[in-house]
Amino acid sequence: MDGFSKYLAQRLFQFFLVLFLGISLTFLITKLSPVDPVEQSVSLMTSFGATDPRAVELMRQALAELYGLQGSLFEQYINFWSRIIVGDFGPSLSSFPTPVMSLIMAALPWTVGLLLQALIISWCLGNLLGALAGYYRSNMLLKLSGALVMALHPVPAYIIGLVLLLLFGFIWPILPISGGAQMNLTPAFSFDYIRSLILHGTLPALTLVLGGIGSWFISMRSLASNIVTDDHVVYAELAGVSSGKIFSQYVARNALLPQLTGLALSLGGVFGGAVITEFIYNYPGVGRLLIQGIYRGDYSLVLGVTTISIVAVAVAVLIIDLLYPLIDPRVRLG
Amino acid sequence: MLKVLRDLLVYNREFAIGFVLTLGIFLFALAHFWAPMPDTAIYLLPPDMPPSAQYWFGTTSRGQDVLWQMSSAIWNTMLFGLTVTILSRLLAVAVGMLSGYLGGRWDQFLMTVNDTMIALPNLPILLLVYFVMRDSMSWPVLAATAALLGWNYDARLIRSVTLSLRNREFTRHAVFAGMSVPQILIRQHLPYVMPVIFFTAMNNLIWAIGLEVTLSVLGFSDINRPTIGGMIYWANQHQAIIAGIWWWIAFPIIAVVLLFLGLFLLAISVNEYIDPRSRLSRMGA
Repeated sequence: MDGFSKYLAQRLFQFFLVLFLGISLTFLITKLSPVDPVEQSVSLMTSFGATDPRAVELMRQALAELYGLQGSLFEQYINFWSRIIVGDFGPSLSSFPTPVMSLIMAALPWTVGLLLQALIISWCLGNLLGALAGYYRSNMLLKLSGALVMALHPVPAYIIGLVLLLLFGFIWPILPISGGAQMNLTPAFSFDYIRSLILHGTLPALTLVLGGIGSWFISMRSLASNIVTDDHVVYAELAGVSSGKIFSQYVARNALLPQLTGLALSLGGVFGGAVITEFIYNYPGVGRLLIQGIYRGDYSLVLGVTTISIVAVAVAVLIIDLLYPLIDPRVRLG
Repeated sequence: MLKVLRDLLVYNREFAIGFVLTLGIFLFALAHFWAPMPDTAIYLLPPDMPPSAQYWFGTTSRGQDVLWQMSSAIWNTMLFGLTVTILSRLLAVAVGMLSGYLGGRWDQFLMTVNDTMIALPNLPILLLVYFVMRDSMSWPVLAATAALLGWNYDARLIRSVTLSLRNREFTRHAVFAGMSVPQILIRQHLPYVMPVIFFTAMNNLIWAIGLEVTLSVLGFSDINRPTIGGMIYWANQHQAIIAGIWWWIAFPIIAVVLLFLGLFLLAISVNEYIDPRSRLSRMGA
């Protein structure tokens, strides 16, 4: 087996392990509950007001099956898996009888879109700034911008989001602070709709970018400043290679490799930030769905979103891992 | 130890600022033991009073003094953070050192589990645990859950340090002298790992406090126990921003940002102190 297929096999193994352990963990957590989730959910639902008794019975059945409360623990576990593989989490309690899966599928593109743009912007910008700051170490402007992004880095997404919301929503109201797009517009490929999408996405994306840029900056700067003292860079400098070429080809490119691994490792945490950001700005993604599900006691929805987010993050990590050989010839050639 | 602290305070500006900030906020939080009223009491004072000579930071719509609320809140938030940090350090040190020292299959097994944990999204899992436990959820349980999710990055870091110690001369001496594995790890290797533990502890503390703020802002904790996130939660519940009671929300945010800044400055300056390369570049070499 050559190096590349070995790498591929390893990554695929890790991917399936993450899915297996993550979903098993979810199963175990649901078993922690001190109260019967079925009765809890049913009573919560009927307490909203008059409910059709047939719907309640149907729900009780579906819930008992969904939570895998029939049979032995092992049977419950197998049952849990078989439901997850076909993506059937049953109907949502809070918006009965819409299936949980269609709620998630409607919300997923929003989250993916938001995360994708925020990640790309913060990763590129953070790495560029960090590499420049590591290479041109005496530049005052770079030092200043470095101090700024580093000061923002430890602040949790909620606080950044809240401050931005106060700034651009109340003090200087120029941007929409709630929702994914303007309410009275129908989704279409039109100028108005896309403009409204971008305007509504600006503050959520900015929140994630401001919070995320610092960690890339810090690690990239230290990587770059280590590489600058490497023999091959010193040699290139002595040989008269232009400093722009040294920066882009000799320093930045080498330092990017561990940063790509870092991107894969950070996805789980970034997703957490997106959950909160979506909640603040009422953005129609899966994060808001999750928190709404918790507030409304919607067991199937919470379980569904947690499971899907584990799967989604694992898939994203796998995609990054598969991109890795493209920029690292050592993996490609074995 | 005191000498190191003094040197850092004198020669490292970042450390000095971070130290003063963190110490100041710690002392402020400590003051809640002398608070004139219990921190869980509500409607004790006239509500919605703006900052004045009598109520420095104003009062909330629930008739609480923002100043004393904040003092208790920071204390509770820090307590949560420290609990998470200590518990997760124990896990990270145990897994990291065993994995690095034992090597082979143990290393492979432990690191595969470790990498798997890293790839799991923490927040949804924590929220699921909260959701399932609901009323029987107390802050120590939440802290333990967070600790179980927050050790894996650092275990990897500690492993790499132990890995390099394993082939050193003194380790072989210890083995030949008949020391057992726990003895070698604790008496020979732990002193070398200590700086890394300290550095990761700072970062972990920042993460844990951020988590506490996030969870209690959403109301997913004991909302009657004052915490920084809890204060913002109640302010949101009473629509403090729209009602113009800005002091209820502004002061907790300022306090928590200062705390984060202080801890973060401590973390990076301690890291710099541990890593001699960055000390050299600071001196201009």
